[in-house]
Amino acid sequence: MNTISEAFLLSLQMMVRLDPELLRIIGLSLRVSLTAVVLGSLIGLPFGALLALTRFPGRNACIVVLNACMGLPPVVVGLIVYLILSRSGPLGTFGWLFTPAGMVMAQVVLITPIVAALSRQTVADLWIEYEEQLRSLGLTPIKAIATLLWDGRFSLSTAVFAGFGRAIAEVGAIIIVGGNINGFTRTMTTAISLETSRGDLALAMALGIVLLAIAISINAAATTLGNTARRRQGA
Amino acid sequence: MNPMIDRRHLLGLIAGIGLAVSSTVALAQEKFIVVASTTSTEQSGLFGHILPIFTKKTGIQVRVVAQGTGQALKTGEQGNADVVFVHDRVAEQKFVDAGWGVDRREVMYNDFVIVGPKSDPAKVGGSKDVVAAYKKIAAAKAPFASRGDSSGTHAAELRIWKEAGIDVKATGTGWYRETGSGMGPTLNTASGMNAYAFTDRGTWLNFKNRGDLVVSVEGDAKLFNQYGVMLVNPARHAHVKVAEGRAFIDWITSKEGQDAIASYKIGGQQLFFPNYRPGGNS
Repeated sequence: MNTISEAFLLSLQMMVRLDPELLRIIGLSLRVSLTAVVLGSLIGLPFGALLALTRFPGRNACIVVLNACMGLPPVVVGLIVYLILSRSGPLGTFGWLFTPAGMVMAQVVLITPIVAALSRQTVADLWIEYEEQLRSLGLTPIKAIATLLWDGRFSLSTAVFAGFGRAIAEVGAIIIVGGNINGFTRTMTTAISLETSRGDLALAMALGIVLLAIAISINAAATTLGNTARRRQGA
Repeated sequence: MNPMIDRRHLLGLIAGIGLAVSSTVALAQEKFIVVASTTSTEQSGLFGHILPIFTKKTGIQVRVVAQGTGQALKTGEQGNADVVFVHDRVAEQKFVDAGWGVDRREVMYNDFVIVGPKSDPAKVGGSKDVVAAYKKIAAAKAPFASRGDSSGTHAAELRIWKEAGIDVKATGTGWYRETGSGMGPTLNTASGMNAYAFTDRGTWLNFKNRGDLVVSVEGDAKLFNQYGVMLVNPARHAHVKVAEGRAFIDWITSKEGQDAIASYKIGGQQLFFPNYRPGGNS
């Protein structure tokens, strides 16, 4: 009926009022997902580039597995990380289960394959263009990878955004690993899930609209920054 | 490419990550306990009402992970919680007997109700006899949404089917539908397909998306729902926070804790009835 219009009104009120609890939930969502994106990119970008440049037996199989891992079901990743971080699991002594640190870990597992697979493709394309030049300079493989990552940074940002999109949107992994604890591990997506359970569909939808608005603003800000940098460089 | 910029960026990046990670980990340093509990206590709003009082008094944060009773007991068994607060006497006793929990105390009760569509296809509305109502629902093959998630509520629902002599696994095809999810999602499903459902009163009173559903059956003594609290056995899991966990159990069974439970109301209606009796528990 008019749940949707009610939700729009409610989301506007939320964005104007900036209630402290909502700000805390938004803050945690951003902190967890941005940390996971940074860590995931730090692993995924060099790994993707390495995979693009090197040739070794089983490389194709490696690429197939990596591409498939872009579709890892969050709930499965959540379960695996839960079992690893559980007190009865291998990393139980850290006490990371039901904490933001555990949630970051789960999201890193989700994001890294996305960043790696997409950056492998980008770097592979660049390599075709740069190979002769870089070879003539006699660069070591590590320097070549650094050069390619740096020169492809604008295209590679798409890989990083894809990772961020996955992280900020998923609920399956963090609700299992984080436990959706009020005031501690509750994020935008787990709060939406909880309000849906409570049957408060308008509030759940309003939170969803706020989440969308945040995701759009972040992407817009990053795109603007990227365009400015590109223009300044004259590229 | 300029290698200097490259390196400076990299250093900044690493410093940034260090900060982000350490701030994420640092939060885990406060005084807190993890309580594995049920969706009924969390979603009814009871914890939101009583926990701030406890935290203010003791300085101990309570991190509630709301799960089904079965899952909450499992969380305790694996040592991922300090305290378990659930509602399934039989399963709780098993948990204590197996040595996973100690110091079990009965804290409070609430009751279950059967909700169903206003049109009442099985003609059970206004009845107090839950077993007779189940027989009628089965005879009418009226849609019934079940949790199906081995929670305390699901266990209570199944006990009544058993008492009514109805094997839902064998005869429920088409009308008996397991949602495999929590109380709220199950009520959402029931509301969507106009089905009967077995729910705790607290979640129902707090539930907004009712559609055509109303309370059909209530008031039977069989619908009584006892909650118990227990400490995860520190002999099995050395990291269990014994002092803080006991402080919580002592508080919730103290006069102050019991009064806090009794004072939680929705629309003037009391949801949980404290009934701790010293020495009356295992």
